[in-house]
Amino acid sequence: MELRGHRVPMAFSLLVWFAIWEVVGRLELVSLLPPFTEVLAAFPEVVTSSTFADAAWITLQAFLIGMALSFVVGIAVGIAMGASRAIGSLMGMWVNIFESSPLTAVVPALMALLGFGLPTMIVTVFLFSVWVIALDTQVGVERVNPSLVEMGRSFGASKRVLYAQIVLRAALPELLAGIRLGLIRGLKGVVIGQLLIAVIGVGYLFELYSRNFLMPEFWALLIILFAFAFLASEAVAHFERKVSFYASSR
Amino acid sequence: MTAVQVTELAKEYAGGIRALEGVTFEVPKGELTSIIGPSGCGKTTTLKIIAGLADATSGTVEVNGVPVTAPGPDRAFVFQDFALMPWATVLRNAAFGLELRGVSRREREEAARAYVDKVGLAGFEDAYPHQLSGGMRQRVGLARALAVDADILLMDEPFASVDEQIRRKFQEDLLQLLSDERKTVIFVTHSIEEAVYVSDQIVILTRGPARVSNVIRPGVDRSGGSDGIRRSQAYLDWVEQIWHELQGYLER
Repeated sequence: MELRGHRVPMAFSLLVWFAIWEVVGRLELVSLLPPFTEVLAAFPEVVTSSTFADAAWITLQAFLIGMALSFVVGIAVGIAMGASRAIGSLMGMWVNIFESSPLTAVVPALMALLGFGLPTMIVTVFLFSVWVIALDTQVGVERVNPSLVEMGRSFGASKRVLYAQIVLRAALPELLAGIRLGLIRGLKGVVIGQLLIAVIGVGYLFELYSRNFLMPEFWALLIILFAFAFLASEAVAHFERKVSFYASSR
Repeated sequence: MTAVQVTELAKEYAGGIRALEGVTFEVPKGELTSIIGPSGCGKTTTLKIIAGLADATSGTVEVNGVPVTAPGPDRAFVFQDFALMPWATVLRNAAFGLELRGVSRREREEAARAYVDKVGLAGFEDAYPHQLSGGMRQRVGLARALAVDADILLMDEPFASVDEQIRRKFQEDLLQLLSDERKTVIFVTHSIEEAVYVSDQIVILTRGPARVSNVIRPGVDRSGGSDGIRRSQAYLDWVEQIWHELQGYLER
């Protein structure tokens, strides 16, 4: 970021907004918004509480298991759709419908089906994230330079080696974009799922804090979630930048 | 000795478009045979069928007397667009044919290093394809094909994406390299000058669907060096004759 010719670190933008937050909080215009310093003070309390540890653990579990399923299924379906025109047109419509549908509406049905526990959250994460991974993988596989595939075949590569060493590798820029978007949606899925269930995980904590009007704690928890989502997506973006140089030169 | 025998090759695409019809020619062992013809006439299709990368609708290709059904270790392909893996270094790209054949890392890198050196890229082993010019990239493609030590080299317009000045130097280097390696080469090109310059034998294809119009052996005396060849009467006459032959098909 540049300001009047001086280089300003990105953290500066955060500081400005936190300062504005502090001022608005101190003016006590809205009772929902405590001053930023109070939110900061609530951090240690939130993080060390046993309810937070429980909530974080179950949330992380649901998120990781759901995402692992999404990776495996999404990438496999994406490869199949990209490799075969028939499968692509057979499944493309459905994947696109689910990708753009408001899946939040399905969560209550999942609760009725799978109960108020981990399985519902895992399936929610999966349903939120799998489609975009499949679609981006498909695009990546379709964009692989056909002569790279012919090159592999001409030197005697088996189908398995061809996919593992050439196709997936060449599709990596799109694949990583899909994984990054999938991670963000999976995180939305786990939080929305828990908010709807409201008896477990961070959803329960949000419910607890807002019902008892513990606004500093509420905001502290929100910031922790934002930071987690940002870091997860930045970690993937880091790898994306590493492979972006060959997206144009395949 | 015949290295490759192409017999009555026909290729029909879905929708009834016929690309090849009754293409027959033979490729003598240890020689360079060019396939030339108007663009879109099926030169590359013919080469890919010989490579085993595409299927013929009818007809056969025999390599050293054995019918071709799939790619094999007796043939190596050089691609028009180089087909290098952008995520791999020059050395790994050059060694990739051997890697796919299960050759140990030390052995394949040794072979690749030798050919990277022979094609004139010593010092670029650890560079990535996007850091190289088009001509240098195709040298990597050539090193990869030579490293697997196949008898037959199939080159699909290898210099089409290379600058003119670099192409001439590359053609000379290729001839030099091939005279050391004693390979059989099938070379697809749309440049008449290139075909006459590099070939022992030229197969001229006509268009829509492709048939063999003529097979000629220019027999240009190469003793005078590259400039001598390009100024020799035989070279100029052959270029002229092939041009006349192709012109007849272009106007239709």
